[in-house]
Amino acid sequence: MNGDVGRVHSVETLGAVDGPGLRTVLFLAGCPLRCLYCHNPDTHDFAGGDAMTAEQVLARVMRYRPYYGKTGGVTFSGGEPLCQPAFVATLARHMREAGIHTAVDTSGGVWNEAVRDAVDAVDLVILDVKHTDPARFRALTGVPMDNLHAILAYCKEIQKPLWVRQVILPGWTDTVEEIHTLRRLVRGANVERMELLPYHTLGVHKWEALGLPYPLVGVTPPSQATMDALNAVLYEEKSG
Amino acid sequence: MEQWRGFTPGAWQETIDVRDFIQKNYTPYEGDGAFLAEATERTRRLNEKYERLRMLEQEWGGVVDVDTNTVSSLLNYGPGYLDKANEIIVGFQTNRPLKRGVNPFGGIRMAEQACQAYGYELSDRVKEQFSYRTTHNDGVFRVYSDEMRAARHCGIITGLPDSYGRGRIIGDYRRVALYGVDRLIAEKQADKRAIGMRDMDDENIRLSEEVFRQIDFLDKLKQMAQLYGMDISGPAGNAREAIQWVYFAYLAAIKEQNGAAESLGRVGTFLDIYLSRDLAEGTLTEEGAQELIDDFVLKLRMTRQLRTPAYNELFAGDPNWVTESVGGMGEDGRTLVTKTSYRMLHTLYTLGTAPEPNLTVLWSPHLPQPWREYCAKVSIETDSIQYENDELMRARFGDDYAIACCVSAARVGKQMQFFGARCNAAKTLLMALNGGRDEISGAQVGPKGKTFPAGEPLLYDEVVAAYRTYVEWLCRLYVNTMNVIHYMHDKYAYEKIQMALHDTDVGRFMSFGMAGLSVAADSLSAIRYAKVTPIYDERGIISDFDVVGDFPKYGNDDDRVDSIAVWLCDLFMSELRKHKTYRNAEHTLSILTITSNVVYGKKTGSTPDGRKAGEPFAPGANPMHGREKCGALASLNSVAKLDYNTCRDGISNTFTVTPSTLGRTLPEQQANLVGILDGYFAQDAHHLNVNVLERATLLDAMEHPAKYPNLTIRVSGYAVHFTSLSRAQQQEVLSRAFHTAI
Repeated sequence: MNGDVGRVHSVETLGAVDGPGLRTVLFLAGCPLRCLYCHNPDTHDFAGGDAMTAEQVLARVMRYRPYYGKTGGVTFSGGEPLCQPAFVATLARHMREAGIHTAVDTSGGVWNEAVRDAVDAVDLVILDVKHTDPARFRALTGVPMDNLHAILAYCKEIQKPLWVRQVILPGWTDTVEEIHTLRRLVRGANVERMELLPYHTLGVHKWEALGLPYPLVGVTPPSQATMDALNAVLYEEKSG
Repeated sequence: MEQWRGFTPGAWQETIDVRDFIQKNYTPYEGDGAFLAEATERTRRLNEKYERLRMLEQEWGGVVDVDTNTVSSLLNYGPGYLDKANEIIVGFQTNRPLKRGVNPFGGIRMAEQACQAYGYELSDRVKEQFSYRTTHNDGVFRVYSDEMRAARHCGIITGLPDSYGRGRIIGDYRRVALYGVDRLIAEKQADKRAIGMRDMDDENIRLSEEVFRQIDFLDKLKQMAQLYGMDISGPAGNAREAIQWVYFAYLAAIKEQNGAAESLGRVGTFLDIYLSRDLAEGTLTEEGAQELIDDFVLKLRMTRQLRTPAYNELFAGDPNWVTESVGGMGEDGRTLVTKTSYRMLHTLYTLGTAPEPNLTVLWSPHLPQPWREYCAKVSIETDSIQYENDELMRARFGDDYAIACCVSAARVGKQMQFFGARCNAAKTLLMALNGGRDEISGAQVGPKGKTFPAGEPLLYDEVVAAYRTYVEWLCRLYVNTMNVIHYMHDKYAYEKIQMALHDTDVGRFMSFGMAGLSVAADSLSAIRYAKVTPIYDERGIISDFDVVGDFPKYGNDDDRVDSIAVWLCDLFMSELRKHKTYRNAEHTLSILTITSNVVYGKKTGSTPDGRKAGEPFAPGANPMHGREKCGALASLNSVAKLDYNTCRDGISNTFTVTPSTLGRTLPEQQANLVGILDGYFAQDAHHLNVNVLERATLLDAMEHPAKYPNLTIRVSGYAVHFTSLSRAQQQEVLSRAFHTAI
């Protein structure tokens, strides 16, 4: 693919939590992962969404430029946006020319030369680490962890600005050891921010709408106390 | 003059020119809110006393007491106090707090019905008095044509101020503090003599009599203050007097008039000059300054008018639109934000959140950054302020304008408006499709026109041609109806004290309104881009539409339909402008419904956009609920396309977002809200109501209102206590888009 055309599932014009400032979030269609708690199962299909040219996407994005200020910009999300790496790279380069900050929100599920080029082209990588243990990672996402290791290694190598995220899923990632391991995993990277996000059930209705059984029935979001405790571990590690 | 000690002299001393006084004497403030003082013990006690009364009012079904014997005016009540020993600023509309007087000058029937609604009976004495006089309402109905009555009855024009006060006139209440009443009387006497030198045509005769009545009421204003033991014939000599003088002037206005909106204007920066002088002279502390503003705002919160349930259905939550415009920039590039701008917003903390006064922040990218962030914080924490584009308005109204009601700008003391409700753009479309018949009653309301064949999809060009014909008809009727109303209001319910606080030769706007913009735009888009076939009932009237295929919807930043919305505004405005107005007022148009979008929906049949008969419209210029598919900023971008040059009376937009959507921490949320306001207004958008809250909070408040006595939300152009809305209105608020991101 030459990067001039991509498949866009949808656009969220008010993104305020996926990167710095106010952001236009482009949800690109298609994802190789099958995370048990996926809150966007409607974006799995690589043939889903609408085919859009880079030019069309840029025209859309420019409409939101008045809101970006000094910090905002565009975040590529999905789906797994790096499954359309040439499209991401083309768009990010055009946006860089226009002075618009770009970020890619990835689960590290894919790695190749084109992905490397896309990582070069964006200003920020938001790396969502589903799990730090390869076996558990595979069980949670359905894919091996190797690609995440590869993309993380590359980000360390070029000192790419990085936001690291982990979803706190009770029974999976809500332990102090997991936070310690996460911290070790990203050591040496240019980490600007680390965030622990509580698992939520707001995407469950989408599974129902798609006629899919929700795999985590009965799992409740972590308590505020759990989140506070884990955050305390995270920040203690960070400053230490 | 002793009262003017320390002030920089200027033209303001020679002529009545409050702006010149402000410009020469105010101190811009570029810092943050760290200087603010907390409420004093006195303020807390007084506020608690008011809150207890307010709870009682709510428990008793909306009023504490009605005086059915006394007609409200400046001198008909003795002084009233909440707690005489502890009040710093005094004065109520009647002799007791929250007690409502009757004001039958707009219409005696309205006054009777309002009394009855709360279990009271208007006294024979008042009925007797008014059997000998003509009210505004009597006058209007003597002249209304059959067609005007029919249009009003079917609701294609609704909310006309023909049975109550028109409101929306802001006296320059600051003049009383700066000059004292005697000087104002002397100026008006000079004006009257000058009018006497003119040719005595209708306009000059009328004006001369009006000035006579203005002088009469300025004199009554002085006497009213004397009832409270104060002499306001001369200028105010300190901050407490300045606030009290301003409040007396406003109080006189709301004793005299029961208008829908009785706004305060732009008094904060003016009062700051007095507060700063007292602080510099060492006679006042910051606690004392905040206490004065708190007491003033508490009085404003206690404004009450006696109104009917039908009125409350249109304008929910018992609002008075005591709108105070805060901040903005000066023409010379200095900010008009002062410490008192902060003190005003700070009352939402010292006294708790509340819908009144209707705090309106005049937004500009040039405002000091700490102020912008402070406003965002107040929005996030209280949902009690609205924002309007100072850049747009300053270019047209200078830097001493104020907002009347929700979104209507005018130069303070120099321009007034003839307020005029709104016509229904969506219902007009149905009328055009039904050959002039009202789709609800079946009556022939408009001129007989062509109908559209059953079983055949509507053709866009044919529909637009028919629509134009009916908009032409409606706009002519609308202007004529407004002319009748305002002629009669001037004649029988003239705003004597408010107009006494205007220049004698005043600029006038006639402010028309349009409702159902998003429904009309989406309906036309459906006809253009999908296949829309009308379904007829047994009366031969379209009862519904069969819509096949998708169509672009307003609120997604899609030019295909947004351009239709822009065109609709242009069409109505250009048709309105074709017809001469009473007193040659300048035509203006607002896209504002307040809460009447619910009533407008009730009176409108099913529309081609898929909205079913009776369902509410979106408020103001908002896109329809549930049709925004690209998030909040796409929705804002659609509204931003509406041209303020066309809709000079304002374009209202209400924006509700959950806190977590704005960012993870308060500082992030503040910065992002500032970014949203900047981005929206940079596109020449006009107004934004901001709510930052969770849907769950509102749901809980519906079930357990007692838990949320102060929960305030912004609706179209004003704020209300959520629990004072009717269930239907609460549900409508809940059905609107809460912008969230997962």
